[in-house]
Amino acid sequence: MSDHKPSIRTPLSRVRYLGAARSGTKHFWHQRLTSVALIPLTIGAVFVVIGLLGRNHAAVVQILGSSPVAIGMLLFVLVSIYHMWLGMQVIIEDYVHGQILRPLLVMANTFFTIAVGLAAAYAILKLSFGV
Amino acid sequence: MAEAKTSTAKDRPLSPHLQIYRPTLTMMMSIVHRITGAALYFGTLLLVWWLTAAAAGPNAYANVQWVMGTVIGRLVLFGYTWALIHHMLGGIRHLIWDTGHGLGPVEREWLTVATLIGSIGLTVILWFVGYLTMGGIR
Repeated sequence: MSDHKPSIRTPLSRVRYLGAARSGTKHFWHQRLTSVALIPLTIGAVFVVIGLLGRNHAAVVQILGSSPVAIGMLLFVLVSIYHMWLGMQVIIEDYVHGQILRPLLVMANTFFTIAVGLAAAYAILKLSFGV
Repeated sequence: MAEAKTSTAKDRPLSPHLQIYRPTLTMMMSIVHRITGAALYFGTLLLVWWLTAAAAGPNAYANVQWVMGTVIGRLVLFGYTWALIHHMLGGIRHLIWDTGHGLGPVEREWLTVATLIGSIGLTVILWFVGYLTMGGIR
């Protein structure tokens, strides 16, 4: 690469920690990790929603607020949010190249997913604690 | 390195992009996976609306039930169901591919068709079960 400039540093030490993302395969791996977790969680959430169809509010509150359902829905929502956050960041980075727009959208992605996740978690906890 | 500097001035041929290839099923399903993912991203707002309404009280919950009961509401929910199932099955397909299996010319087509048929079939079955629990079509 740069043999014109002799140096005592090895080629490895010159490139180490200088990768573009500086985080290795974490993003890729967490996308897979959450996708595996979401398979049973999604199936569970779909059955919960079907089981609640057509029921009145009191019954929905009682079922959604019960511990196993509330914990399952919390897991589903929170893991989904992380999965969504990772996925949308890849989409933004693939299609948006503006120096200003791209970081703005990456930030908006974080704000949106955290706000949506917290709203859902708040609602589930409120139902569960019966306030 | 010296060569790399001069090359920026020349018009080097770029690598071919999507538009010169004939569309294939796996290619279309790849973009559908991304589109369903993006749709689910915003579709999560529906889930949150439903949850917060249930937490807010009977009146708010009745509003959600009314909107979801309209024709447009049901169409959106049907699309949401399909996107969710399709993205999940597509994700399983990608997980299989991540292990290095199913990438042969026959297997990859088979997996892709199975994902599509599976997602449509499961969505119809789920809605059928849904209508049964609701006590038939209303």
